[in-house]
Amino acid sequence: MGYTKRNDGRKFDETRPIEAKAGIIKRADGSAYFKMGKTVAYAAVYGPREIHPKFLQNPTKGKLRCYYNMMPFSSVGDRVRPGANRRAKEIAMVTEKAILPVIDLSKFPNSVIDVFIELPQTDAGTRCAGICAASIALADAGILMSDMVAAVSIGRVDDKLVVDLDYSEESYEGGTVADIPMAVISRTGEISLLQMDGNLSREDLKKAVEMAKKACSKIDKIQRDALKNKYEVKK
Amino acid sequence: MSIEQKDHILGFLEKGIRFDGRKLDEYRPITVERGFSENAEGSARVTIGDTEVLAGVKMSIMEPYSDTPDEGTMMINAELLPLSNPDFEPGPPGIQSIEIARIVDRGIRESKAIDTKKLCLKKGEKVWSITVDICPINDNGNLFDASALAVLAALKDAKFPSYDGTVIDYKKKTKESLPLKKLPISCTVIKIDNHFIVDPTNEEEKKVDSRLTVEVEEDGTLCALQKGGDKPLTAEDIDKMVGIGIEKSKELKKFL
Repeated sequence: MGYTKRNDGRKFDETRPIEAKAGIIKRADGSAYFKMGKTVAYAAVYGPREIHPKFLQNPTKGKLRCYYNMMPFSSVGDRVRPGANRRAKEIAMVTEKAILPVIDLSKFPNSVIDVFIELPQTDAGTRCAGICAASIALADAGILMSDMVAAVSIGRVDDKLVVDLDYSEESYEGGTVADIPMAVISRTGEISLLQMDGNLSREDLKKAVEMAKKACSKIDKIQRDALKNKYEVKK
Repeated sequence: MSIEQKDHILGFLEKGIRFDGRKLDEYRPITVERGFSENAEGSARVTIGDTEVLAGVKMSIMEPYSDTPDEGTMMINAELLPLSNPDFEPGPPGIQSIEIARIVDRGIRESKAIDTKKLCLKKGEKVWSITVDICPINDNGNLFDASALAVLAALKDAKFPSYDGTVIDYKKKTKESLPLKKLPISCTVIKIDNHFIVDPTNEEEKKVDSRLTVEVEEDGTLCALQKGGDKPLTAEDIDKMVGIGIEKSKELKKFL
């Protein structure tokens, strides 16, 4: 028994195929496209720009504001009603916290940096794809960053720890499942997003964190390549 | 927009060309990609120059409205995502997105593009409900025409999910397409000073005196009109703009 083979034939420590592009939205100051398996995220950065209403202005530091939105036609089954629900607001908040450590907001007094994350197609792992896209978009916008942030979901499916759950694994019925989305700051290896639902032993959590760090270092390379692709002077 | 920029655009128009070198009645390059999404029942991505719009179709089953017990329903919605334009703000749809959605909706509804009677499963009890959502990714002008084109392409792409009489299996798409009878094309003609142009960029949109969206069926019949902009139009203006709309719609139709 146990989870011996992944539904799509991946290795247990393998992410789904990833595709990343920088600067695909011309109106935005910075933007990115991040595709992980069937999950697709766009991110656009506007700012630093003046924050309104005026009472939100802070002369000592700026504000990072993230938004997360699933497009109405993005999921299998029912249409997603437009507008921010509780889930979207929470994800936007943890996305902000995941990115905040790499941005020095004291450099942007009275300003706001807006990050808009849009999901045209979802198949689990949307908050992680959103964070990956946002990190590329912020760098593309030329925002001063001390590091990049990558994110991936580690899961326990029955008896196995696996990297980057897709929806079929998230809803696995042959045993219990834990889903642990994590964001990793690339050079320091610190964790800036950690959530979990399901049930998990302390030992497995330790292993999961290590797996996330390993997977994120691969994702980090793809993110950097996307930026290089846009900015590198072709010889 | 600054007065200088306004004069600059006008100066160009006097010479019969545009800011970006186009002719007055020339669209930017158009692409239509159908089926970008596996999860939506139908989808399309349309680009007109730098403007990029996604449209997705979702289908469900509902009770029909009491005044049309044997007809399926259709709804078009536009979400002007703040990701696509620095001037768009998060929150409930503003008047701009409502206007876009309603114009596209009218074109499809009034031309009877969808045979809604064929969407009826059981009279008075069960009908298919079609919802199309418009999401711009990058707004560099002319969201009206890009949205209308994307919606039509998405409707053409849509396939019914499998339905066994009680539950819909969204994971299984059938080979059955929507009953589309017509393809109403939308062409928006802009008046700036005494010049008529199509497919405005974002800069040009800020300079618009008046705007007329013309929705045209294949045989040239008009099925919806909407005037916008702050300045009025003369009868001659309207005739001229409708003429341009009918002419250009033939070009746009080729992309479907």
